[in-house]
Amino acid sequence: MTEALLEIKDLKTWFKTDDGMVRAVDGVSMTIARGETLAVVGESGCGKTVTARSVLKLIDMPPGRFEAGQIVWRGRDLIPLPAADMDKIRAREIAMVFQEPMTSLNPVYTVGDQIAESLRTHHGLSRKESIDGAVEMLKLVQIPNAERRVHDYPHQFSGGMRQRVVIAIALACKPQLLIADEPTTALDVTIQAQILELLGDMKAKFGMAIMLITHAMGVVAENAQRVVVMYAGKVVEEAPVEELFGNPRHPYTQGLIRSIPRVDARTRGHARLEQIPGTVPSLLNPPAGCRFANRCRFATDPCRDSEPPLRQVAPNHKVACIL
Amino acid sequence: MNTQTAPLLSARGLTKHFAIKGGIFAREVHRIHAVDGVSFDIAAGETLGLVGESGCGKSTTGRCILRLIEPSSGEVWFQGRDVTKLDADALRGLRRDMQIIFQDPFASLNPRHTVGGIIGEALIIHGLSRTRAELDDRVVQLLETVGLQPDHRHRFPHEFSGGQRQRIGIARALAVEPKLIICDEPVSALDVSIQAQVINLLEDLQEKFGLTYLFIAHDLSVVEHISDRVAVMYLGRVVEIAPSRELYDNPRHPYTEALLSAVPIPDPLVKRKRIVLQGDVPNPIRPPTGCRFHTRCPIAEARCSQEVPELEQSSDGHWVACHLRR
Ligand SMILES: Nc1ncnc2c1ncn2[C@@H]1O[C@H](COP(=O)(O)OP(=O)(O)OP(=O)(O)O)[C@@H](O)[C@H]1O
Ligand code: SF4
Ligand code: SF4
Ligand SMILES: [Mg+2]
Repeated sequence: MTEALLEIKDLKTWFKTDDGMVRAVDGVSMTIARGETLAVVGESGCGKTVTARSVLKLIDMPPGRFEAGQIVWRGRDLIPLPAADMDKIRAREIAMVFQEPMTSLNPVYTVGDQIAESLRTHHGLSRKESIDGAVEMLKLVQIPNAERRVHDYPHQFSGGMRQRVVIAIALACKPQLLIADEPTTALDVTIQAQILELLGDMKAKFGMAIMLITHAMGVVAENAQRVVVMYAGKVVEEAPVEELFGNPRHPYTQGLIRSIPRVDARTRGHARLEQIPGTVPSLLNPPAGCRFANRCRFATDPCRDSEPPLRQVAPNHKVACIL
Repeated sequence: MNTQTAPLLSARGLTKHFAIKGGIFAREVHRIHAVDGVSFDIAAGETLGLVGESGCGKSTTGRCILRLIEPSSGEVWFQGRDVTKLDADALRGLRRDMQIIFQDPFASLNPRHTVGGIIGEALIIHGLSRTRAELDDRVVQLLETVGLQPDHRHRFPHEFSGGQRQRIGIARALAVEPKLIICDEPVSALDVSIQAQVINLLEDLQEKFGLTYLFIAHDLSVVEHISDRVAVMYLGRVVEIAPSRELYDNPRHPYTEALLSAVPIPDPLVKRKRIVLQGDVPNPIRPPTGCRFHTRCPIAEARCSQEVPELEQSSDGHWVACHLRR
């Protein structure tokens, strides 16, 4: 692997609630190399968003807190970093795109103003230059009639077009890492295809790394180079994309891949879907040992006694399972 | 649209226009053409899938069939009667035969009622249980049918996970022994691993009770998996209907083709040609003239913006509404 851009080491981000401590991210490690697309996949509540927001230190503290671990960005641990330095990193080096584009847009400013502001802070452009720059950015993300639409407000755009605007704002700072948290989940499938294609084009153009958070295995397969599978606050498997789909080793990953219906030829007909029984455990009092044990058909006593560590099983392929 | 035997349900020219009121006199200022002349048949025991993107009118179609929304015009034939002409009494009777399950199981379950109360309600309304004991037995039986525990009947909806809530919604629908269930995005809100549980349950129940489903969803993979035939909607109109396999192997309508090609395949070794459609779905207040897809269609010709293409049979059981693809 080439030089790591981001290295998350044994990160624990917990939340104090009335019911007790929620161990949302509980010992997560992953790395992203320059220019690569890493997909982080898992079910609702497994800690994908908390991991991503931890990297940018966008977690409200309290109730949240970093219980342990490091977030090493280009050789520097972000956790102890002062807020002012963190602001610079958020503005210039790491950008984020959220599932619901409205959350990252200000409804009372035109989209042009919002992109221009980003350009001014990052590149010290004048007002005129930055508005021209905003038009360029809108063209880049393929918004038709960019010269006219630069003066429109966010609510005047459709969901897909808004997400393009958000991507334009994120890219305006030429980030080295773009964290995209379910960027297409709220969109229709034909619009999802447009946005993912756009992200691919932008990556080719700017060469940034992407952390693509999703729950959709199809999106993973078509867009990522490497994949991290999360389950109940932990990483259970990590592998290059072909390896993960071709040779999934963790019973949870195997179940995920087999439980999805596919439109293409191979699983045609009313063949029964394989299902993972039961539900995800609570992160309030997560079970000791393997967190998947209550749903795993291979579970034995040792699985429940101690937590299986993430270990290397093939080049670049890690699994947290005793099998 | 003919199926071998007489269909259990036939929609003919089903139309729903929503008036958008505005101004001080609350005059109608816009009219949304949510569903515009939709026709299809569903045979007994069959699953018809209804797919399309958000706002294409699929949920409105489902609700018009049950008259949860009053259709503006058109007919819905069910067991020899036109549902759109039924009075309130007859409609109540009809609801025994036709049930619906919703996308958001939580929003559709009364939070103040126990699960037993929710499932038992319809049994009481329709006078299907004579004694308390009989009612309780039936509720327990229904819970077991959908894979829940008998003691769950004393708990409240918020104590259950999304997948379990959907099971409660299914048990409620099954209580009155319906013939047809309209499934409106029943697995869209669920996690992947839970989706499979609910899909398998719906398939098992269909087999066990001979149910007929109208399965409404935006996820084409799920629809192709569960449906015998699929109808594709775009901006209030059905653009294509075909047996599930046929539709996926041989899509005729350019919209169906694009929609299918946009579905990501969970296999990195499969590389496909993607048709990326330009632009957004147009505003249903001012739908495009002629073929409603002409503003985004990669093969549109001049007449496409003038003449409305009718849904016509192109091969056995395969219906297409397109001037160029037949
Ligand atoms: N502010 C908070 N206070 C308490 N618990 C929280 C807080 N934020 C997140 N959590 C909990 O942390 C866990 C992980 O949440 P997270 O949002 O990271 O999941 P996710 O994998 O992104 O899920 P989704 O796919 O639904 O977006 C969940 O159990 C969630 O309820
Ligand atoms: S460690 Fe045990 S319970 Fe956990 S996934 Fe492996 S076999 Fe299953
Ligand atoms: S009728 Fe014309 S615009 Fe409509 S789908 Fe066919 S070719 Fe395209
Ligand atoms: Mg999330």
